[in-house]
Amino acid sequence: MTPALIKPKPRNPVSALRLPTLPPPARSRSALRLTAAAAEGRLELQHCADCGTVQYPSRSACVTCLSHRLEWRETNGAGELISGTVLHHSNELYYRERVPLRLGTVRLDAGPALLVHLQGDCAAAPSRVRVSAHLDKSGQAVLIALPAEDTANMADDPMLREMTSDPKFRKVLVTDGKPAVGQAVAMAMVEAGADIVWVGVAEPWKQAPGFDALTKLKQIEIVPLDVTDEKSVEELAGVIGGKVDILINTAEFHRTHTVVDRGTETARAEMEVNYLGLLRLAQAFGPAMRVRAAEGSAPATAWVNLLSIHALSALPSHGTFSATKAAAFALSQNLRAEMRHAGIRVVNVFPGPIDDEWNQLVPPPKLAPVALAEAIVAALRDGIEDVYPGDVAQDIVTRFRESAKVLERELWDQ
Amino acid sequence: MSRASYEGVVIAAPVTIPYVRYSTKDAHWFLGRVLAALMKSAGIKKSRLDGLCVSSFTLFPDTAVGLTQHFGLSPRWLDHIPMGGACGVVALRRAARAVQAGDAEIVACIAGDTNHVDSFRQNLANFSRFARDAVYPFGAGGPNASFALLTSYYMNQCGIEAADFGKLCVAQRDNALMFPHALFKKPLTLDDYLNARPIADPLKLFDCVMPCAGAEGFLVMTEAEARRLDLSFARILGAIERHNAFPDDPIQLRGGWTLDCDDLYAQAGVGAADMDFVQVYDDYPVIEVMQLEDLGFCPKSEGVDFVRRNTFTVGGTLPLNTSGGQLSVGQAGAAGGYLGLTEAVRQLTGHTLGAKVEKARRGLVSGFGMVNYDRGLCSGAAILGAP
Ligand SMILES: [Zn+2]
Repeated sequence: MTPALIKPKPRNPVSALRLPTLPPPARSRSALRLTAAAAEGRLELQHCADCGTVQYPSRSACVTCLSHRLEWRETNGAGELISGTVLHHSNELYYRERVPLRLGTVRLDAGPALLVHLQGDCAAAPSRVRVSAHLDKSGQAVLIALPAEDTANMADDPMLREMTSDPKFRKVLVTDGKPAVGQAVAMAMVEAGADIVWVGVAEPWKQAPGFDALTKLKQIEIVPLDVTDEKSVEELAGVIGGKVDILINTAEFHRTHTVVDRGTETARAEMEVNYLGLLRLAQAFGPAMRVRAAEGSAPATAWVNLLSIHALSALPSHGTFSATKAAAFALSQNLRAEMRHAGIRVVNVFPGPIDDEWNQLVPPPKLAPVALAEAIVAALRDGIEDVYPGDVAQDIVTRFRESAKVLERELWDQ
Repeated sequence: MSRASYEGVVIAAPVTIPYVRYSTKDAHWFLGRVLAALMKSAGIKKSRLDGLCVSSFTLFPDTAVGLTQHFGLSPRWLDHIPMGGACGVVALRRAARAVQAGDAEIVACIAGDTNHVDSFRQNLANFSRFARDAVYPFGAGGPNASFALLTSYYMNQCGIEAADFGKLCVAQRDNALMFPHALFKKPLTLDDYLNARPIADPLKLFDCVMPCAGAEGFLVMTEAEARRLDLSFARILGAIERHNAFPDDPIQLRGGWTLDCDDLYAQAGVGAADMDFVQVYDDYPVIEVMQLEDLGFCPKSEGVDFVRRNTFTVGGTLPLNTSGGQLSVGQAGAAGGYLGLTEAVRQLTGHTLGAKVEKARRGLVSGFGMVNYDRGLCSGAAILGAP
């Protein structure tokens, strides 16, 4: 059984910091489809539309019938581990620091034989396993076999932890903890085993129901943070920037303002929080997190952005808000590209309407803050990069992929 | 239809450019040295060459084409064979047919690679699309992990033990101690083998070849031409190749030889029992056992008994890898696919550099190469005979 993770000791400030290295990131264009599915937590392999062959590694023609009609479809990862090894040596720096390391050959019930990482609890070959695709530290998909049944402390496996960002024993900053969403996220982090949860508060005088109860938890530390104020962001980064393992940016400003409504004040205020706030946070906290990305057993690991499903396709009735979320989405993609060199995962969360005061007039279903918080915890634990929590988000992302133009028209009247 | 014979075509002038662990020279340098050595050995000018066949992993961005200009050659027949451990046998097959057909008179077959301090790692990273997509990202630097998985599977299926693999490695080291080009100069004991540091379970240090730099070459021509040049030579009695055999086997337990070995012996008119020595491809000992089975030296899955019954040393029963093989000489990239051939010709012509198999009349040389994803794809074998 995987030994339970032990709470990491603080780093000796005199000892050399272990610098982040990455597993090999290069992939063919075709193989990036494995990454695209893994980013959302799915194992997808190439299926031949003509003969049904499931194949791996990805090819440009069907290995059975040479058809070019190859479709990436979700694939059952059940299979048999037919051989295993423990690697004691690697030519890659990243793996040199991580040997010994288990690898195996799994024959999927669906057909192909896969080279996979082995979670430590997989029984010796021959044994039943299930294969899943995860993003590794380089942000590209790799395969890992898990035992057929869950085991205790399964997530504490060192290789699996390389691919996930479990909040357990981690130090988390929730940038705005006063609204319902921020409170729910902070509470979920405490429940997930976070060591410290810093909760940012921009307006200490403001009352918010439930907030006092949250502040009584021993893991919670209230910190002053106003993302619209560069000085405030930098001051906090000066105090805790070198310790944050997971940053969850929940700060959001949301009004129902359309494009032709007079005035730019609302748009400016939304931009200050939703776009420039993220930019300020990235500049103040990003560099320190990158440096600490390989430190000990619970290094800096993830950055979560609360976006909106309307970052993909705008909702005219919430026009300026949609625009700021689209801007934040673009910023976040760039942040992901820059954090990748350290292996820090940037998670984008695209909820549909949240059940809060700014969506009063939006008909149900709406996403409860607690459900949103649970989705963030699950994404961190499962190593997912793009999260579409709830029925509305799922519905809209599916329609977006079917036809972005059709969706644009349909959103006109919502 | 039976395969046409290679009658009238011979292999001659085996040359080796001594191996070094690391080199600051490039592949072109090693290939230039081996070409010059071939010309010297045959006593001809390079203008007499009208065929050239090249194998190298570290020649990028050049191919055999670039080498014609690099070396000032104007061949009327040119081939580049990127088949790693099978390149020697395949080069011999291609060149022999070209000479037989009159497309070329004298073909120089050369293989060589350099080994810079970091070139091995870089070659691995760019070896193949499948390796880049589905092997390299897992930390499996090179074929070690693939062969560890294969060895582990084979041990489970066939009951062979580490000491059996060790016996092959020790026997080859005994052979290597007399071979001047071997990079490993010290005797190896079974204890040394069994107690070596682990690389990828169950593989330990002496199961794995050591990458190095070097080159090998030979000439292919008609027997009449060889006699005119007063070169000693060996005959080509039979030769086979096969690629990506048994793609549905979930893990490799057999290679392409299984499909073609009856043809090989029929073409040669001899059987496995008639071989005075065998040079098998030895990137890992499990592959040696696989070849002995697949080439009919013993039934499938009975390699373990066969290994226990034979000594494999020169002077013992079934001399195997008489120069020491890659496990003791070193793996000079694509030259590893030639090592068995040059050694076999030396044994059959009596011009050995090291241990000599007395009265050797026939020998089998086997090649295996290119772990594209999870298994070696190319297999080949040739039976050579004394004139
Ligand atoms: Zn097909």
